[in-house]
Amino acid sequence: MILDIITYICIGIGCLLNLLAAIGLHRFPDVYTRLHAGTKCTTFGSILLIAAVVIQSVSVWVAEGLSSPQSVLTLHAVIALVVILLTNPTSAHAIGRAAHRSGIKPARAVVDDLEKEKP
Amino acid sequence: MIAFLATAFGTFLLYLLLTTASGPLFLWSKEELIIGAIFALIVAAIVRKIFPAENLRLLNPKRWFLLLAYIIWPFFPAMAKANIDVAYRVITGRINPGIVKISPKLKTDAGLTMLANSITLTPGTLSVDVDEETNDLYVHWINVKEEALEKMPRDYKYICGEFPDWARRVME
Repeated sequence: MILDIITYICIGIGCLLNLLAAIGLHRFPDVYTRLHAGTKCTTFGSILLIAAVVIQSVSVWVAEGLSSPQSVLTLHAVIALVVILLTNPTSAHAIGRAAHRSGIKPARAVVDDLEKEKP
Repeated sequence: MIAFLATAFGTFLLYLLLTTASGPLFLWSKEELIIGAIFALIVAAIVRKIFPAENLRLLNPKRWFLLLAYIIWPFFPAMAKANIDVAYRVITGRINPGIVKISPKLKTDAGLTMLANSITLTPGTLSVDVDEETNDLYVHWINVKEEALEKMPRDYKYICGEFPDWARRVME
């Protein structure tokens, strides 16, 4: 019962953060600020959604004994989380670098050291 | 030899994690254990030549505990703060962006990778480019503070706090 409530709270906040990331993709002015929305909000949203999956599957795993098939769900969800945490910043880095190399200036920038040193 | 064993062990562990609940031996069946060991040895034999030798220092367990401590204390709260910060900026639209250069003075690629990933996942900053000769990072900063712009390269205390020191401790 209490685990169900924690699960609902995790899913709710996780979905809200992912929704805010989607709104941020529309509201922000250029590719770099959009990457901020796309990397940070989705990371924490995914953490909370995967936490909800892990809470539910671990509770079934404990109830059914050690060799329950629920162990697959738990461990694969955790592996998926680790992979998201590794690939999310890496792909953001690649997109940002490619955007700057193809000449996209940061919108409303107050300072651009990269433009000054490597035009 | 150490590289071979480390790769074989890591590959075998990953295989076991991906094939749980397949049989009665704790969590695995006999066939999965045997085929996993065979594939782990094959993979380790293939990558033995291209495994960078200087990365063997990462096998020290002290670095793993430091990495775990780093993830739990300074990193995870900063990541949570990053999400609230970006959510706030999405709602209010209050941004003041710019690209700044920082000199963390890290020597190895592993340390620089860890720092760049940490910078991207923490509040208001996103690593855009790296200077491969001097290991300087170019960071897109969503809310540039005036006092950080006084000298060149910028003081990294404003941008990523203590993270370069942690990256040096864990990876170098």
